[in-house]
Amino acid sequence: MNLTLKIWRQKDANSKGAIVDYQVQGIEGDMSFLEMLDVLNEQLITKGEEPVVFDHDCREGICGACSLQINGEPHGPDRLVTTCQLHMRKFNDGDTIYIEPFRAKAFPVVKDLMVDRSAFDRIQHAGGYISVNTSGNTIDANAIPVNKQDADDAFSAATCIGCGACVAACKNASAMLFTSAKVSQFALLPQGQVEATDRVLAMVNQMDEEGFGNCTNTGACEIECPKGISLENIARMNREYVKASMKG
Amino acid sequence: MSILDSKIPEGPLADKWTKHKNTINLVNPANKRNIDVIVVGTGLAGGSAAATLAELGYNVKTFCYQDSPRRAHSIAAQGGINAAKNYQGDGDSNYRLFYDTIKGGDYRSREANVHRLAEVSGNIIDQCVAQGVPFAREYGGLLDNRSFGGVLVSRTFYAKGQTGQQLLLGAYSAMNRQINRGKIQPFNRHEMLDLVKVDGKARGIIARNLVTGEIERHSAHAVVLATGGYGNVFFLSTNAMGSNVMAAWRAHRRGAFFANPCYTQIHPTCIPVSGDHQSKLTLMSESLRNDGRIWVPKRIEDAQAIREGKLKPTQLSEDERDYYLERRYPAFGNLVPRDVASRAAKERCDEGFGVNKTGEAVYLDFASAIQRYGKEKALTSGVENPSAEEITKLGEKVIEDKYGNLFQMYEKIVDEDPYKTPMMIYPAVHYTMGGLWVDYNLQTTIPGCYAAGEANFSDHGANRLGASALMQGLADGYFVLPYTIGDYLSQDIRTGKIPTDTAEFDEAEKHVTERISKLMGGSGEHSVDYYHKKLGKIMWNKCGMSRNEKGLKEAIDEIAALREDFWKNVKVPGTANSMNPELEKAGRVADFLELGELFAKDALDRRESCGGHFREESVEQDGEQKGEALRDDKNFKYVSAWEYKGEPKDAELHKEELVFENIELKTRSYK
Amino acid sequence: MGGLIQSSIARKVAMALSGLFLVFFLLQHFTINLTSVFSADVFNELSHFMGTNPLVQFALQPVLIFGVLFHFIMGFVLELKNKKARAVKYAKYSGGANSSWMSRNMIYSGLVILAFLGLHFYDFWIPEMVHKYVAFAPEDPTRYYPELLHRFESPVRTGLYVVSFVFLALHLWHGFASSFQSVGFNNKYSVSATKFAKAFSIVIPLGFIIVAIVLHLTH
Repeated sequence: MNLTLKIWRQKDANSKGAIVDYQVQGIEGDMSFLEMLDVLNEQLITKGEEPVVFDHDCREGICGACSLQINGEPHGPDRLVTTCQLHMRKFNDGDTIYIEPFRAKAFPVVKDLMVDRSAFDRIQHAGGYISVNTSGNTIDANAIPVNKQDADDAFSAATCIGCGACVAACKNASAMLFTSAKVSQFALLPQGQVEATDRVLAMVNQMDEEGFGNCTNTGACEIECPKGISLENIARMNREYVKASMKG
Repeated sequence: MSILDSKIPEGPLADKWTKHKNTINLVNPANKRNIDVIVVGTGLAGGSAAATLAELGYNVKTFCYQDSPRRAHSIAAQGGINAAKNYQGDGDSNYRLFYDTIKGGDYRSREANVHRLAEVSGNIIDQCVAQGVPFAREYGGLLDNRSFGGVLVSRTFYAKGQTGQQLLLGAYSAMNRQINRGKIQPFNRHEMLDLVKVDGKARGIIARNLVTGEIERHSAHAVVLATGGYGNVFFLSTNAMGSNVMAAWRAHRRGAFFANPCYTQIHPTCIPVSGDHQSKLTLMSESLRNDGRIWVPKRIEDAQAIREGKLKPTQLSEDERDYYLERRYPAFGNLVPRDVASRAAKERCDEGFGVNKTGEAVYLDFASAIQRYGKEKALTSGVENPSAEEITKLGEKVIEDKYGNLFQMYEKIVDEDPYKTPMMIYPAVHYTMGGLWVDYNLQTTIPGCYAAGEANFSDHGANRLGASALMQGLADGYFVLPYTIGDYLSQDIRTGKIPTDTAEFDEAEKHVTERISKLMGGSGEHSVDYYHKKLGKIMWNKCGMSRNEKGLKEAIDEIAALREDFWKNVKVPGTANSMNPELEKAGRVADFLELGELFAKDALDRRESCGGHFREESVEQDGEQKGEALRDDKNFKYVSAWEYKGEPKDAELHKEELVFENIELKTRSYK
Repeated sequence: MGGLIQSSIARKVAMALSGLFLVFFLLQHFTINLTSVFSADVFNELSHFMGTNPLVQFALQPVLIFGVLFHFIMGFVLELKNKKARAVKYAKYSGGANSSWMSRNMIYSGLVILAFLGLHFYDFWIPEMVHKYVAFAPEDPTRYYPELLHRFESPVRTGLYVVSFVFLALHLWHGFASSFQSVGFNNKYSVSATKFAKAFSIVIPLGFIIVAIVLHLTH
């Protein structure tokens, strides 16, 4: 199939960017979206132009590096996939596809379609851990039984790959789904209880400092999340936060 | 006598590690504050090492090319992590894990290292649970286990199909704690381009800030390389696009020996290649072989018809199918180790029985598992006289609970429903057992330069067992390296900060900048990928699942020629002083073009078949094992460690003889 | 106001609580309005009570006004902050693919409601205040119903009211159910609670519309 691509090009963080039109031919349905961009880049390199820069690494939907706002949706129109798992069979010959970086003040553009998501890391630095020494002299793993439902819920929260689709989808560029997934994972486990108060306060505080917007419960994040992280986590974090505020 | 000193402690196998820990030098906490350590790579090995070293009090700098340490490719491991906890009471023990690992590795690994790995495996699970890693649990709230290929016990801990991500997030959370304390300084989107040696010791690195293109100098008292494997030398592999050998190769060029480069694991259950556009391969967890049956059509005409789309696999009756693993290996069946399963698939496809367009795929069929589980479920949930549809439905539900995410992933990629039609799979490069040679302390042949995780060669011999990579990465990072590195660093308590304005750093930086200008200055005919794909083809065809002398010799020449062409004609657009992914790739491929040659040379040298390394010249000639791989313990019971001497083909071989005092060497039989 | 409650979650919870308070007020307001359709006397009686009871006038009324002001001002503060959180807009944004129109346009439905409140205050509250506290006009417990009918004489005004109630419904459709999520109420009762909130957000505005039309026709 032949496609028209409208791609955001921006030299670096300080330059102004613009949408540039490209044509690609001979795209097959079995290609992933990123492989389609590889084809474009190969074309550009042959012509002596700079290829389009985008984040990607594992190309199997788990590292969370790939991003891209495709036709107005993070990771494109398919559900429960990352851009690297989106296949071109979801598009038709002659389509025009808008490809933009994830947009948020807290995610400044590095170059073209690549953004800086270190705000997510800083939120995790603030409290995304259990303070236990890595000595190996902890108690036996089976000394802490965990209710299966809680363990499963903690796992579901922990499946977040930190790609930032929630922020990109949210009309307010809010990072609540991401932060709440991280808070929930620990909040649901007995190991995480000891530091629960400090953790939620510190992580929410950092999230606010990074300049993300506020959650208005539109639910866009949950729909667009490639791992299907549930809004329940946001409700849980709200609860945890109120509890913690009253304590602390 | 070899110049290699493995520094394996004296004494009985089971006491070596404890004794070693008790006798090595320690650094007092006040002095640790004055010692810097660089950790390159932030996967399971690097992340856990960085966190632990920082926790001990060293000043740690971490480097990764990704935008966050959490994205390192350890994250992609699906199946699980082994530990000899014996929670199932099925007779597991440290010794059994040790034994299985040595045997699985086809007797090409060090006894002492492997035993240590088994000893600390239990601690890993304790540690991870304490950190909040959400492992799968049973209804009683205790940890669940599953079994994996090549072993007879259930010792694999898992977190659905994403154990790697959960363990890495655990290590990353430990890092977060230290970053928050200011003990780890993370340098993300940074790539190590050279190792700096001062007075023969590793004292720092030259790194490129990938965002600005700036070349930076970083000094430390020791450098830990935890930069993963080099499977991407094949272009197509299950490794991440960015996975590369650069850090290890730069260290090799600076004097670190490279061990067993030809030991590659080709994983049997990957999604087959669909066309030339393919940029990477996707693994389907080995756990699928617990329930899936592997087959190809019995008649070559049927295979032909399937390839042409005239016949559907579901139309073939049981009699018309060849369950070749069950036929050849009745004892282990579909659960033979990875290398055996991969070679068997290749053998069938080479004979013309492949089942997809490219002829390089076999079926992994869940139909009988669905029926079996369906009947079981109907019985346990009290459904009387269930209809065939009911059974199928119930069975599909069970399969979905077990492998739902994998099936969904398969469907997204292939666009076929694996519940209704068998999956197609084919082997793909997955892991490299070879790597930097290290001694018992994980130190390379450069003092102060350590290698951990997949980047070293140490524990898996010629073939790695499933769910052991995660175990080794975390064992190295959490429980081995932090002790052994202290022994070395204890000499450095009076050294003081290592200055970066010295001749050694000048030289290394000059070397790096010259190399970059050379890459940028190619006359520009072909893209980096063009060369990478060509290299991959040579590697796959001549150094892949089966190797022979003629092919390997050709490979050496072809790679050398390709490398020469690369340096003349590669085209790298953009500038060196800005974000430039093509330049990053060019540097990595340049190193793969050297490593590939050494790889072939090593494979040529090893005229035996062992583990993942299969030499067509070395097969059993008769008896029950006829046609199977033939190991040659008399001549090849050694680790080949290569010393850099200019060109890869001039590398000098050093042999570390492997001593087996506790295990009797046997032919691996899975019949 | 934004200064007092700093964190994003505290603000979110405050928006939800003030919203819930206003929902409760709506219910009470509607109940009184509804009586006007059935009995002018009951309506007069209730209106007289609300208009003269000191507790209602000097305790509840200021609280209500504060609640309304808080909800609006905080709404604007958050909207501004949210707009700033995405400095560069998307060239193509498919909000409809992942969220409802109502949820994305609370600020606009809110603005219509604000404009309506202006009209509504002009119609009822300001004359009331003038009547009672500026002009000190004598209290007539039967004046409320005729005044009410008088207001709904004009088809244009009735039409404006109807349109405003439609926007109120849109605002409630997202806002009411969403407030549960904001205060962290998410459990096995959530589905029923959400259903109730959605029903409420249709029934109450529809009720207001019917009352307005009935009053218009009665006249």
